[in-house]
Amino acid sequence: MSDGHDKVTNGANPEKDLSASNLPGRRGDQGEEIRVQRGMFGANNGGDTSGYGGLVRSIRLPGPASRPYGGWFDEVADELEGALEEQGLVPENVIDKTVVDRDEITFHIEREYLLPVAQTLRDDPALRFELCTGVSGVHYPGDKGRELHAVYHLRSITHNRLIRLEVSAPDREPHIPSLVSVYPTNDWHERETYDFFGIVFDGHPALTRIMMPDDWQGFPQRKDYPLGGIPVEYKGAQIPAPDQRRSYS
Amino acid sequence: MSTQSASARETTEGTVYTVTGGDWDEVVETAARADDERIVVNMGPQHPSTHGVLRLILEIEGETVTEARCGIGYLHTGIEKNLEFRTWTQGTTFVTRMDYLTSFFNETAYCLAVEKLLGIEDQIPDRASIIRVLLMELNRLSSHLVCIATGGMELGATTIMIYGFRDRELVLDIYELITGLRMNHAYIRPGGLAQDLPPGAVDQIREFVKKMQKNLPEYDKLATGNPVFKARMQDIGYLDLAGCMSLGATGPILRSAGLPHDLRKAQPYCGYETYDFDIPTADTCDAYGRFLIRLEEMRQSLRIVEQCLDRLEPGPVMVADKKVAWPAQLALGPDGLGNSLDHIKKIMGTSMEALIHHFKLVTEGFRVPPGQAYAAVESPKGELAAHAVSDGGTRPYRVHFRDPSFTNLQAMAAMCEGGQVADVIVAVASIDPVMGGVDR
Amino acid sequence: MGLEEKLPSGFLLTTVEQAAGWVRKSSVFPATFGLACCAIEMMTTGAGRYDLARFGMEVFRGSPRQADLMIVAGRVSQKMAPVLRQVYDQMPNPKWVISMGVCASSGGMFNNYAIVQGVDHIVPVDIYLPGCPPRPEMLMDAILKLHQKILTSKLGVNAEEAAREAEEAALKALPTIEMKGLLR
Repeated sequence: MSDGHDKVTNGANPEKDLSASNLPGRRGDQGEEIRVQRGMFGANNGGDTSGYGGLVRSIRLPGPASRPYGGWFDEVADELEGALEEQGLVPENVIDKTVVDRDEITFHIEREYLLPVAQTLRDDPALRFELCTGVSGVHYPGDKGRELHAVYHLRSITHNRLIRLEVSAPDREPHIPSLVSVYPTNDWHERETYDFFGIVFDGHPALTRIMMPDDWQGFPQRKDYPLGGIPVEYKGAQIPAPDQRRSYS
Repeated sequence: MSTQSASARETTEGTVYTVTGGDWDEVVETAARADDERIVVNMGPQHPSTHGVLRLILEIEGETVTEARCGIGYLHTGIEKNLEFRTWTQGTTFVTRMDYLTSFFNETAYCLAVEKLLGIEDQIPDRASIIRVLLMELNRLSSHLVCIATGGMELGATTIMIYGFRDRELVLDIYELITGLRMNHAYIRPGGLAQDLPPGAVDQIREFVKKMQKNLPEYDKLATGNPVFKARMQDIGYLDLAGCMSLGATGPILRSAGLPHDLRKAQPYCGYETYDFDIPTADTCDAYGRFLIRLEEMRQSLRIVEQCLDRLEPGPVMVADKKVAWPAQLALGPDGLGNSLDHIKKIMGTSMEALIHHFKLVTEGFRVPPGQAYAAVESPKGELAAHAVSDGGTRPYRVHFRDPSFTNLQAMAAMCEGGQVADVIVAVASIDPVMGGVDR
Repeated sequence: MGLEEKLPSGFLLTTVEQAAGWVRKSSVFPATFGLACCAIEMMTTGAGRYDLARFGMEVFRGSPRQADLMIVAGRVSQKMAPVLRQVYDQMPNPKWVISMGVCASSGGMFNNYAIVQGVDHIVPVDIYLPGCPPRPEMLMDAILKLHQKILTSKLGVNAEEAAREAEEAALKALPTIEMKGLLR
């Protein structure tokens, strides 16, 4: 569990330690809200006889951490902030927030500064993240104004460290600068993320579809794209596709 | 280039079209007019070689490849999307089918990510971790064997292929004994393993290790010093350290450039820091170096397997936390592996709560606290990692796999351009891409 | 597809049928159409322990023009489907298709946007082979069953007659939903 959230009390019983490891999931108002969930069992269009239809629950991801982050995290954060200042950038403008969760550090970077940040992380001798392990797109349709996230994991072989960069873009303007000029390995990874999420990586040498056929419509791994399964008939009974079934949510 | 449609004539049985080899004539004519011998050739996606549905687009001038590009996606399966509609435990069944030659590595990477999200990394029983390591190292053997076997076949050396598949069968027999399946096991689960080792498994693995120690030198004798083999492999598929780093190549490709980077040593998981083994490297940066590294890694894997066998102590193979641990108990029945009848009798007959618990955990699954985690393992091909995001539900919000085949295959162009057409095959074989992992 | 298809029904045709069937089944040339996991099991079947050579078909042809059996081994994606059809069209008649594994047969567990839900949407299938992936023994069993099918296949007017009979039998057959007992 994270260092920043060890003691969180909330809810009806303030004595209860909500960070106990066997809790099903953190409730309360800490963290970043990404979605509001209504009801249960995936019954959204009427027909809910479970009595849970009125349930309202907010889904929250771990929120920003405060110093000290612990371990080598502070060292990396200090070095990064110092290097950015040397370049005449204000770290507070560049780094939206820093999340420390599950022994992993995540820098949320404002997208217009992604390129200088990546360049610094790669070239600064004290940072030296020479290996980028690619981009992973995540789509949060409920996170208004920052629906599309691109997640980069950078590995430093020199210092044996791993950090995560997260950049977000709104759905109406899904542009994120390309990192191919800094990490050429991201060529295919960015094409893949474009293919699945529709994130346009500005400056990519040839941003075309890579997995799906060239004439495919839509971006299949976004949350608003259906799974696309067909109902299956088995011994006379119709079984709907996995995304059409009722499910726990 | 003008395309002339086939001439047609009417007969009593309908229209008959006469198709002639006009296309090729036109290609030759156009090439002659262009006054050079530059031709664009498509290799694949249906392939005479063995790397699955990989499409190589080569621009050749005579025998020289001037430009090379890959066309991938012909095996895109949408596994990452499918995962979002199944419980966390069911996810292993999907990820094991990504890179089907390294099933146990996919499962471990995924399970490590889920365990990190749950915060139960320290609670995984020792026995489960040891068996994970054991199976992963056996898997490294079988994956490298396929790589060397098919790589040999692509050079035209059928003997190596027969040898490789002969030894792989021995590994598959062990898998079958332990998991019940030859491939696609879904044996490693979040929290531990599906079940314990069956009786006799340890003895069979010991026997296998003995047999393998006898068989491995045969590859040396057959290939390592073979002049034809060396002539085809040496200085082919050259990629130096700078190239590897910028293209993100890991695994044997990176180690053939001389950097002993191996996640088992650098960022140990499953207790790898306690095992005694070496990281082989080469400084040749070529296909031959990668072959030698794979051969040596197989020997090292055998060493680790032996250490695993010595360490196995009786104990649980699933976390003690009943909110996560899979409630089923498996047993061998007359119709194969299935739910243990004793266990069913117990939960059906004596404990209502156990039945409810079983039902809830199997149908609904466990909830995973919101957040994201990245877990990387050193697969036979390089850094294999799972990036899992949870929104606090019973199903993954998003799981992305960083597959080494996908990243390493990008290096194909850098390795092949400027070389001969025949060397493209060698270079691709030395990358050892598996399209199931590339396309997922 | 030559003269034998034009023979009149009778003794000559049945004799030619038997001879042709025996010749055809004795040397089936499979095309390499490895797609996914099943392809590895297909290669294993060709290798030492299972030794497909015993049935006169260890040589997998790289070119579809020299092959008469397509073993669709693995999941067929939407992007691969046109390629698969083209390869099938390039194969000379007579040709057969084995749909190896559950993904090729029905889409299997990948009921989603990317995978064709059964290769029979694209090409006619002679043998459906279940399993994920099927064991080499199962593939050999499928191949032997296909041999039997080739051996007893009809030609010319007899083939048309057989197709008609098969269709009538299928229309009369009891749907699984109405079956009783274990088959249900």
